[in-house]
Amino acid sequence: MSTAVVPTPGEEPIAGRSLWIDAWRTLRRNRAAVVSAVIIAVMAVLVIIGPFFSSYAYDFTDWGNLSVGPNLETGHIFGTDTLGRDLFVRTLFGGRISLMVGIVATLVSLLIGVSYGATAGYFGGRVDHFMMRLVDILYAMPFMFFVILLMVLFGRNIVLIFVAIGAINWLDMARIVRGQTLTLKHREFVEAAEAQGVSTFAIIRRHIVPNLLGVVAVYVTLTIPQVILVESFLSFLGLGVQEPMTSWGALVKEGAEEMESAAWMLFFPAVFLASTLFCFNFVGDGLRDALDPKDR
Amino acid sequence: MLRYSVRRLLGAIPTLLILIALAFFMIRVAPGGPFDSEKVLLPEIEANLRAAYHLDEPLYQQFGRYIGGLLHGDFGPSFQYRDYNVTELIMAGFPVSLRLGGLAMILALLVGVTAGSIAALRQNTRTDYTVMSVSMTGISIPNFVMAPILILFFAVYLGWLPAGGLGEGSPRNLILPVIALALPQIAYISRLTRGSMIEVLRSNFIRTAKAQGLPAWKILIRHALKPALLPVVSYLGPATAAIITGSVVIEQIFSLPGLGRFFVQGALNRDYTLVMGVVVFYGVLIILFNLLVDLAYAWLDPKVKYS
Repeated sequence: MSTAVVPTPGEEPIAGRSLWIDAWRTLRRNRAAVVSAVIIAVMAVLVIIGPFFSSYAYDFTDWGNLSVGPNLETGHIFGTDTLGRDLFVRTLFGGRISLMVGIVATLVSLLIGVSYGATAGYFGGRVDHFMMRLVDILYAMPFMFFVILLMVLFGRNIVLIFVAIGAINWLDMARIVRGQTLTLKHREFVEAAEAQGVSTFAIIRRHIVPNLLGVVAVYVTLTIPQVILVESFLSFLGLGVQEPMTSWGALVKEGAEEMESAAWMLFFPAVFLASTLFCFNFVGDGLRDALDPKDR
Repeated sequence: MLRYSVRRLLGAIPTLLILIALAFFMIRVAPGGPFDSEKVLLPEIEANLRAAYHLDEPLYQQFGRYIGGLLHGDFGPSFQYRDYNVTELIMAGFPVSLRLGGLAMILALLVGVTAGSIAALRQNTRTDYTVMSVSMTGISIPNFVMAPILILFFAVYLGWLPAGGLGEGSPRNLILPVIALALPQIAYISRLTRGSMIEVLRSNFIRTAKAQGLPAWKILIRHALKPALLPVVSYLGPATAAIITGSVVIEQIFSLPGLGRFFVQGALNRDYTLVMGVVVFYGVLIILFNLLVDLAYAWLDPKVKYS
C-alpha cells in the first residue's frame, strides 16, 4: 500500500484495485453476507415488479373479503386488512417506500457527510477545529425529537422525510471521513499531486475521495438499515407516509392495532422489515471484515 | 477532575443555547398556531389570547422571555392542558420515563455484558455463534415490532402479564415495556463487549494471569472486565439517547403516562410549549449524561487524564 502510486488522473492506483479484489475474495467466503446480499436483491426485485403480477391494486377495497387471513383461493395470499385491501400488494408497496427512503436518505447523508468530512480533514487547522466543534454540538441534540417536530410542523411529505433523516445521519459519516482524510493527506501521492500544482478541489475529488470509498461503502450499508428503521419509527407514530400510500412501519402499526383479531397483518410486514434490516446488517458486517486492513 | 467538569459544563452552554434556539425558532417559523381550531375565534378574543401568552411581542423578545423562564425552571404554560404549566407536566411524566428507561438500561448492561463476555470466552464455539446470531436478530427487530409481539404472547395468549397501563405502579406492569425497550440495547452491548473482550483476552497481562494458574472466571472479573468495558462505557451516551427515543414508542404502545407520550401527543396537538419543554429537558439530560460518561471513562482508563 505504501509504495508510491502514480497520480495520473483517470487511472485508479494499482494498490487500490487489489484492495478491492482482496475484499471481494474475503466477502465471497463469508456465506452469511453473500446469502444476505442475495436476499436483499430478491427483495428489491420483488417490491419493484411484484405488484404488477397481483390482480389487486394497493388501494383497492375488496368488500367481500374484509380482514380475512391468508387465502389462496381469493388471491389474497397474505390476507387483507380491515379495509379489505390486499396485504401482499400493500407489503410490497410499503417495501418500495421503505427501501427508497433508505437509499435516498442515505445518499443525502453520504453527500453531506463526505464533502463535510473531507473538507474538514483536508484543510485541517482552524477550519477543521471549527467544523468539528459544530459536529460535536449537533451530536448532543436529541435529533429524533427534532425530526418528529419537523414532520408535525411542516406536514408529512416524503421529500421532507428524505431530507430530515439524511440530515441527521451525516454526522457519523463526517467524523469517519475526516479521520480517514487526516491520515490520507500526508501520503506520498497527495504530496506529489500538490507538488505538481493540482488544485485543492481536484486533489480532494481525485485522490482523497476515491481512497475513502472502502470506509464509506461499509458505512453506507450500515446506514441504510438505520434509515429504514427511522422511517418506520416515524410511520409507526403516524408521522410518516400518508394513507393510502404506506411503508413497512405504517403497516406494522396497523398490524399492531389489529393483532388480536388479525395477526397476519402484523406478521407479514414485520417479517419483511426485520429480514431486510437483518440482511443489510449482515452485509455491512461482512464488508467491514472484508475491507478492514487490520485483518490482513 | 473538578476543573475539567466545570470547563465541560461551561462548554455545554453554547450547545444548550443552540438547542433551545433551534427548537424555538423552528416552531415559530412553522405555519399554523396553537389557537387554530375548528371554530373560528373572534379577532378580539384571539388578540387577547395572544397577548396573554405574549405571542404579540417581537420574536427576539419572546425568545429572551423563554430563556429567562428556563433559568427559573419555568417552561411556560401548556397550550393544551390549560390548567397546568409545562414544568408540572414534565415533573409528572418524567418519573415514569425514568423508571422505564433506567430499568431498561440496567437490564441491557447486565445481560449484554454477561452474554458478550461468555461469547468472547467461548470464541468460535457454538455458544459464541448462538449469542451473536441472537444479538444480530435483536438489532434487526425494532422495538416497536418486538413490543406488540411480546404483548400478543405474554399478555393476550398466555395472560401472564398486563398488556399496558401503570396498574397502580405494580412492577408486573413494567416487565414487558422494559424488556421491549432493552432488547436492541442488549444486542448492541453484547456485540461491543464480545469484540473488546476478545482483544483484552489476547493481551499480555491476561496471559500472565493464566500462567499464574488463576481460574478463568477470576481472570475475567478481576482483570479483563474493566478494560473490556471501555467501549461499552463510551457507548452509554448514544445508548441513553436511543433509550429515550425508544421510550417514545414504547410508552405509546403500553399506554404509560411518561414524557415520551406527552411529547407525541403534544406534537400532534401542536402544544408548542410542551413539545419544546420536553426537547429542552431531554437535551439537558443528554448533555449532562455525556459529561458523566466522560468522567467515568477517565476513572476506568488510566491512560486518559483530564486536566
